[in-house]
Amino acid sequence: MGFAYDFDWGVLWRQPYGTWLLQGIWLTLKIGFLGWIIALFMGIFIGTLRVAPWRWPRLVATAYTEVFRNIPFLVQLFFWYYAGPMLFGEHLGRQINQIVGLNYYVSIFALGLYTASRVAEHMRAGFASIHRDQYQAALSTGLTHVQMYRYVIIPYALRIIIPPLTTEFLTIFKNSSIAMTIGVAELTFMSYRIDSETFHGLEATTGAMFIYLLLGLTVVRLMGFIEARFKIPGMIGR
Amino acid sequence: MIEIKNVSKWYGDTQVLYDINEVIDRGQTVVICGPSGSGKSTLLRCINGLEPYQKGEIVVDGISLNDPKTNLYKLRQKIGMVFQRFELYPHMTAVQNITLAPMKVLKKSRKEAERKAMELLERVGLPEKAHAYPANLSGGQQQRVAIARALAMEPDYMLFDEPTSALDPEMINEVLEVMIDLAREGMTMIVVTHEMGFAREVADEIIFIDEGRIVERGTDEEFFTNPKSERTKAFLSQILV
Amino acid sequence: MFDAVFRNLPFLMGGFLVTLQLTFCALAGGIALGVLVGLGRISRKKWIYYPVTLYVNFIRNIPLILVIFWFYFVMPILAGRAMPPFISAVISFIIFEATYFGEIFRAGYQSISRDLIHAAFATGLTYSQTARYILVPIAFRRMLPSLITQSIVTFQDTSLAFVIGLQEFVRRTSIVDNLEVRSIQLFGFVALVFFIFCFLGSRVARHFEEKGRRTGVI
Repeated sequence: MGFAYDFDWGVLWRQPYGTWLLQGIWLTLKIGFLGWIIALFMGIFIGTLRVAPWRWPRLVATAYTEVFRNIPFLVQLFFWYYAGPMLFGEHLGRQINQIVGLNYYVSIFALGLYTASRVAEHMRAGFASIHRDQYQAALSTGLTHVQMYRYVIIPYALRIIIPPLTTEFLTIFKNSSIAMTIGVAELTFMSYRIDSETFHGLEATTGAMFIYLLLGLTVVRLMGFIEARFKIPGMIGR
Repeated sequence: MIEIKNVSKWYGDTQVLYDINEVIDRGQTVVICGPSGSGKSTLLRCINGLEPYQKGEIVVDGISLNDPKTNLYKLRQKIGMVFQRFELYPHMTAVQNITLAPMKVLKKSRKEAERKAMELLERVGLPEKAHAYPANLSGGQQQRVAIARALAMEPDYMLFDEPTSALDPEMINEVLEVMIDLAREGMTMIVVTHEMGFAREVADEIIFIDEGRIVERGTDEEFFTNPKSERTKAFLSQILV
Repeated sequence: MFDAVFRNLPFLMGGFLVTLQLTFCALAGGIALGVLVGLGRISRKKWIYYPVTLYVNFIRNIPLILVIFWFYFVMPILAGRAMPPFISAVISFIIFEATYFGEIFRAGYQSISRDLIHAAFATGLTYSQTARYILVPIAFRRMLPSLITQSIVTFQDTSLAFVIGLQEFVRRTSIVDNLEVRSIQLFGFVALVFFIFCFLGSRVARHFEEKGRRTGVI
């Protein structure tokens, strides 16, 4: 059974392809990390609003979560990139479109917003798993709701949800690959570019797969380290 | 006849059965009792090959369980088992629970299997619940269906693992009655239970197991009126009020 | 206000149809394979467990786009000739989504008490008979809400077939956008359609979850 294909694994490190891959990895890392920072802050905020005892913040947060979860990320990305500038009106919109590296900034923004909705859901689950009495104990010492969340509940919930957060952190790096559709030169884009030059896309994408794998293992290791560092002795389930 | 010869079992490094010896003849009813964790359920599951054992031999009607040539699936057709938590298939009606194995293993036709199932349901007193789902049956009813399910394979032996332990008191009797009838009709039964009333009624032999060893055995008279070991006496004083 | 959308509606809806076809094929294959993957993940036989676990853990660490590209490059080599993108896309989705469905089924199988399996064995059923009549049907009913949720995710994932030029919903919208440049309307429309379907889907999942709790299956 002869495959009419000769493998050329050299595309992975020969110049300029090797450099392309490295540049791609760097961009993937940047987008992932920056997006994650946005996602964490937004996510904690929205997640807290989701369980607030006041109606309007709760509804807004719920609407946010539902909207961002029920639309594919690709569509969200396209919306922000193509339609986003137009939201500022024709004139301003045209100017925004001139910004160099717009696709890069939009990807981080879109990724952050999208992942934030997922972080918010995890936060909600974390809150739900904390006993009601814990809330009441905090309130009974005179803390306001905001203080209670800030000093007691949120730190506790964050530690509980480290495992699902690890999954989200992994997912954000995977989703960063979607930025290639708006021309961001991250890892997946680069492997595709290698194919358009050399027609050895199989080797390039296989190499990229292993790089993502390595990235995933590193993330898990990192989050494990964080979990150990911030551990609370005697916490349930640990 | 079931012969258990010098059987020992380990879970990893922990030994749970020490040198168990016992012979159960056809038609006999043997009751096994003992404190929790003494290994009685484990022993039961070794008899029909659900749990492996590392040392010794269990021979059922001449077939040794540890023989690599033994087809355990075929063996289990001859040994029925009833569990503490009934374990009816929740997604099937009573009749479907009973007819599944006869149709798929014994290759009976649906008509034949259902006819037999209705007979068995009559026998355990639940013909009207034929098409009910387990969720709609009380514990006692579920357990009786479970007994019918085990009987549907026409086994030579029946194993019972604490069949009434998960039942509310008012339902225990309906299940025990079915079991007593079974014993009187000549079924060979090995019953792990705390129900000493049942033991007194139909047991040919009572075995007391503690910490993986058989501490004492005897007929019901000997066992209750004249226990030989201190541990047996202590156990009896706890369960007999 | 949505005039650009209405003008191009047939074209866009043609793309949506392709999206639906992709979803249907991906789900059929992904769920079927997922049933097996789940069984593989609970297997005691090492020669089954390790390869399946390797496969699941590998796929779950890499982006779907890359899997789509990979099959796009590999299929012509294996088949010896060019492949229609639809087929390579479907295969990518099946291989990818089966890992997620597999984990859902695995959780379902593991939620079934050992004694229930033993009860089936005790009546003489073999392992494959028990898997077929007890394990899989019960896991299916229990995991129905999660299966629906993951199906919604698959539906969203099909939009990524965009990258190999498949004429699905998002690509067609993007084509129209290139012509008309009414981006807010057009991408708003795509977003809205997805939102409606996925939101309704999640309500259906919620319904089955409640029903499952009530009838004691979950």
